[in-house]
Amino acid sequence: MKKMILPVALGAAFAATSLSAATAGTLEDVQERGTLRCAVSTGLAGFSYTDENGKWQGFDVDYCRAVAAAVLGDADAVEFSPTTGKTRFTALASGEVDILSRNTTWTYSRDADLKFTFLGVNYYDGQGFMVKKSLGVTSAKELDGATVCIQTGTTTELNLSDYFTAQGMSYEPLSIETNTEGRANYLADACDVYTTDASGLAASRATFENAADHIILPEIISKEPLGPLVRHGDDQWADIGRWVLNAMKIAEEKGITAANADDMAATSQDPEVKRLLGASGEMGAAIGLDNNFALVAIKAVGNYGESFERHLGTQTKVNLARGLNASWTEGGLQYAPPFR
Amino acid sequence: MSTSTVPADNSFQLSQLWRDARYRSYTIQIIALILALSVVMMLISNAVENLEALGKDFNFGFLFEPAGYGIDQVLVEYTASSEHWKAALVGLLNTLLVAFLACLAATVIGVFVGVLRLSNNWVVSRLMAVYIEGVRNVPLLLQILAWYAIFIHVFPKPKQAEPILGGALVATNRGFYIPGFTYEGAYLAVVAVFLASIAGIFIFRSWAKKRQEDTGQILPVGLYSLGLLIVPTALVYFIAGMPIGLEFPTLKGFNYVGGTKAGTPLIALWFALSIYSAAFVAEIVRAGIMAISKGQSEAAYALGLRPQRTMSLVVLPQSLRIIIPPMISNYLNITKNSSLAIAVGYMDLTGTLGGITLNQTGREMECMLLLMATYLVISLSISGVMNYYNESVKLKGR
Repeated sequence: MKKMILPVALGAAFAATSLSAATAGTLEDVQERGTLRCAVSTGLAGFSYTDENGKWQGFDVDYCRAVAAAVLGDADAVEFSPTTGKTRFTALASGEVDILSRNTTWTYSRDADLKFTFLGVNYYDGQGFMVKKSLGVTSAKELDGATVCIQTGTTTELNLSDYFTAQGMSYEPLSIETNTEGRANYLADACDVYTTDASGLAASRATFENAADHIILPEIISKEPLGPLVRHGDDQWADIGRWVLNAMKIAEEKGITAANADDMAATSQDPEVKRLLGASGEMGAAIGLDNNFALVAIKAVGNYGESFERHLGTQTKVNLARGLNASWTEGGLQYAPPFR
Repeated sequence: MSTSTVPADNSFQLSQLWRDARYRSYTIQIIALILALSVVMMLISNAVENLEALGKDFNFGFLFEPAGYGIDQVLVEYTASSEHWKAALVGLLNTLLVAFLACLAATVIGVFVGVLRLSNNWVVSRLMAVYIEGVRNVPLLLQILAWYAIFIHVFPKPKQAEPILGGALVATNRGFYIPGFTYEGAYLAVVAVFLASIAGIFIFRSWAKKRQEDTGQILPVGLYSLGLLIVPTALVYFIAGMPIGLEFPTLKGFNYVGGTKAGTPLIALWFALSIYSAAFVAEIVRAGIMAISKGQSEAAYALGLRPQRTMSLVVLPQSLRIIIPPMISNYLNITKNSSLAIAVGYMDLTGTLGGITLNQTGREMECMLLLMATYLVISLSISGVMNYYNESVKLKGR
């Protein structure tokens, strides 16, 4: 019996340290480290990709930068981890990253069973199909028996089988790991159809040599509300992430941009703008940040609309209309709770 | 003098635990045991505490929920509404399938190359050396990806593919299609007769061998075996009204349907694994052959045996004793390497249980433990079977 004391004591000691590490505030960890660790995709035009200088760019990347700006005051203090559809949840759950911003669909089981907290929706999407024009297909209902390229570990995988079962059709799945492999297989005709979120299809098509040879079928077979997420168990950190996102959306409603944010903070008479930009009240303290956290974040990446137009909008190669992602004041679904 | 040693013998001092050779080994072993146990305890309690901190439990109930994803290459009935355990089973069978095919092909190619490597023909032996050194020094993953890329780019897409061999083989960039069997009526009788004839052939061959040893008379074994294989089965087949038919693959819509499909991922993986592992097998075979003393083949030549028969009757049987032990580990490597299948989308055990199921259910601990346990069982079984075979061929001490 006596010799069991050492292992038990050792085990308990290690367990205690690991436990305390798991529950310590993420905010303190990030501030101590001086960088935010953010998981993004391995490369998806418009959402997260590296530009010619090797710098991460994109709509999802902007969100990471906004959080880093709000928390650390420096939009470049981000360590990006490229993750696949398969590795992203493990990376977040194990504490390897602080936040996951990788066009991830908010679902019940991911929220409740995988123990993640979604911080809101930064892109309302739906699953679509892309085919070559030469195939002569105009509707997803004509896809019976087709070979479908699909990224593993995604909700699209489950939607696809639901859709084909519901339509009484069959398909042959070709499971691939990353968007890049998917494109390669699709272009080599190893599959007839490439399916993923419609935004992802548009992003992929933008990188094709002859984008006009490919069409995205009209059917949208699922709801895919995409958004950033964090682990369960640290409500303060979740609040920070949620309100950085909301601040970007409110900024668009109120006409605050990266360029005019400082002026607005100094001159605006709108009480909500003043609260948001830290010109009045003590709003930041409630989540452990500086009072001007939203101002810094907006100055770093702009408001929601600016970020969208810069990476995904109709002026870019990805060429996505705002659609459902317009602000609610313009008929879209992007609607942030009031900042008070 | 004696009075001074007696008290020392009786009283046990703590320092004797490491000063006294009688106790030292026990002390060291106990310390090692405690260290090992504490590492294990640490790992377990760490996992338990962290699971608790994350609010996760540890159970395998998810295996009985619907999987909800499709798999292309399946050996047993499987649909997207099947349970997760069934998806894991499909993966397991796919792993075993590709491992079996690759072991077989690697052995055949490897023995062939290994023998040719020792050929007196300079060009042949150099060519084989180039193959061996080239293939085994390039990472396997790259080879798998390369073969896959070759297959999807070289072969035509289904709509442009031309069936060859009278429609019996269709090669497309999505896979190879061969005719499949269709069963109806009394097909079981035909299958039973076929299996019985195969058993019969084995019995006949051992009888013929014994007869040859006893009487020196040689029967045309090959011809008789062939007859035994075909005639009874064919008779039953026609009597039962041709219950087994062939179904040819036909182009329907986007893909060929009917027949049996071996998808490009399977073919590419099989090719890459076989060609990569065959290089190792070849070296093992070469080492085995070179270890047999030259006197053996010279003696065989002196008896008038031709080189081919010398190799197959004298040298190879003896070198098997040297070849088999390293072959065991080679087969194990093939099986474990097959988990690289995920790179080309072949749904093996790592792809289903350790991939999609893990990801859709978020049960990392359970899936990984199950996965590792399964690979352990497969590997131990292979090594068990091969060790048994090794026992039967090794030099017996009499």
